[in-house]
Amino acid sequence: MELITPDFGLIFWQLLVFGILFFLLAKFAWKPIIQSLAEREQSIDEAIKLSETTRAEMAELKAGNEQLIASARAERDALIKQAKEASDAMIAQAKLDAQTAANQEIEKARVAFEQEKASAVAAIRKEAATLSLDLAEKVLKSQLKDKAAQEKLVTEWMADVKLS
Amino acid sequence: MPIKTFFKKMYFSNIILGLLLSFSSFSLLANEEAVAHDTTQAHADTAAHAAAPAAHEAESTKFDPGKLILHHIADEHDWHFFTIGHFHATLPLPCIVYTASQGVQIFSSSNFKNEHHEEIPYNGFVLEHGKIHAENGEKVYDFSITKNVASLLVSAVLLLTIFIGIGKRYKENPHRAPKGIQSMFEPIIIFVRDEIAKNNIGEKHYRRFMPYLLTVFFFIWFNNMLGLVPGGANLTGNIAVTLVLAIIAFFVTNFNGRSTYWTHIFAMPGVPKWMLVILTPVEIVGIFMKPFSLMVRLFANITAGHIILLSLVSLIFIFENAALGLAVVPFSLFMNVIELIVAFIQAFIFTMLVSTYIGAAVEEHHH
Repeated sequence: MELITPDFGLIFWQLLVFGILFFLLAKFAWKPIIQSLAEREQSIDEAIKLSETTRAEMAELKAGNEQLIASARAERDALIKQAKEASDAMIAQAKLDAQTAANQEIEKARVAFEQEKASAVAAIRKEAATLSLDLAEKVLKSQLKDKAAQEKLVTEWMADVKLS
Repeated sequence: MPIKTFFKKMYFSNIILGLLLSFSSFSLLANEEAVAHDTTQAHADTAAHAAAPAAHEAESTKFDPGKLILHHIADEHDWHFFTIGHFHATLPLPCIVYTASQGVQIFSSSNFKNEHHEEIPYNGFVLEHGKIHAENGEKVYDFSITKNVASLLVSAVLLLTIFIGIGKRYKENPHRAPKGIQSMFEPIIIFVRDEIAKNNIGEKHYRRFMPYLLTVFFFIWFNNMLGLVPGGANLTGNIAVTLVLAIIAFFVTNFNGRSTYWTHIFAMPGVPKWMLVILTPVEIVGIFMKPFSLMVRLFANITAGHIILLSLVSLIFIFENAALGLAVVPFSLFMNVIELIVAFIQAFIFTMLVSTYIGAAVEEHHH
């Protein structure tokens, strides 16, 4: 029975010592231990999270870079294409212009030639008329010795002249 | 339910525990007889002692394992380490007694022994079976620093030195990896926090109970282990100590009881009204039964362990055969190692059960 009879003195000391022990340990041991354990865990957690976000950001950045490069390349290609088109168009235009100019020149030359030809024909006609008049005068001078013949002839000629 | 998964996980140690408990009940039964025998023996002793010292010498040479074991697990007023022949390695401890007539008196326990190591009265007090009585029959309030109190103080100093030292290291560099003794205790502190407190009390409330749970855990564990040191006191196997621990657990649990906790006791939801006539008294008994079981469990387990070890060693002396040591020593070594495990498990179980009680008390309504 003695074994299971609590001793009054020991109850007193146990209460006292455990109380003091609890107070001192709680204040000087458990509080800093629990707090810094929680802090350390939090800082580790944060570091892991930070590394994850950094990794994601890096991947994003890399993808962005690639996208940027691709778009730059596309833009360059487009520029080259555009330039080529522009130059082609310019060449075509120049060719067309040259053609037109040449055609105009040719046309001008032809017109001038036609004018020259017409004036030359007119000059030749005039010369021929003068020549034929001179010739006819000489012929007439020799043939028209009598008046009748002369008149008859003049009439005929006049008719001819009218016809022509 | 975390407690169920825990027991599923720990079923092996549970088997060991069960074995130990059955052992202990057996040994306790055996000791009841020993106590009865012991008292008659003691009466015979004192009679013989009064009659002739020579007769007493002859009487005391007969080995009585029951007396030896009870002497070892009981409290005493001096710290006895060992005896070789007539040399007693004993540390006398201060006796602090209060009586109505004489007031507070402080004196050394060595005053109760004469030069022949026989018990003598001192200053109107006698020491009988480890208890101080007044010769005039007055009631004596004994606040002595007994062996258990001395061991309690030693463990308190040990705990304070170790954990305040560790606490200082945490305060100085909180974000560094643990070092030395700090790294030995950190996993255990985290174990108490994560496996005991957080699992049973819940994420929301566990933090404010951490100082109490850690103190209880390390107090019980350290004192269990100090009790296993040869010459150590059987502090956690003392009913007064476990009584105080259980009373503190009782108050911590019930002062933190919320409405859900009290409704489950006085008006269990979801049962017919007439059932409450039976259920409520059962629940009210349960409030007191829980700390009572805590008290008995720790006391019985630790005392049983001591009894087993002492019984094993006593076998050699009972059979007066040194060759028996070949069998007894390895087996008591085995038991000692088991006791080391039990020292931890009992601290763990006490803390875990307290935290399940607290968990039930602080649980919030969520049906």
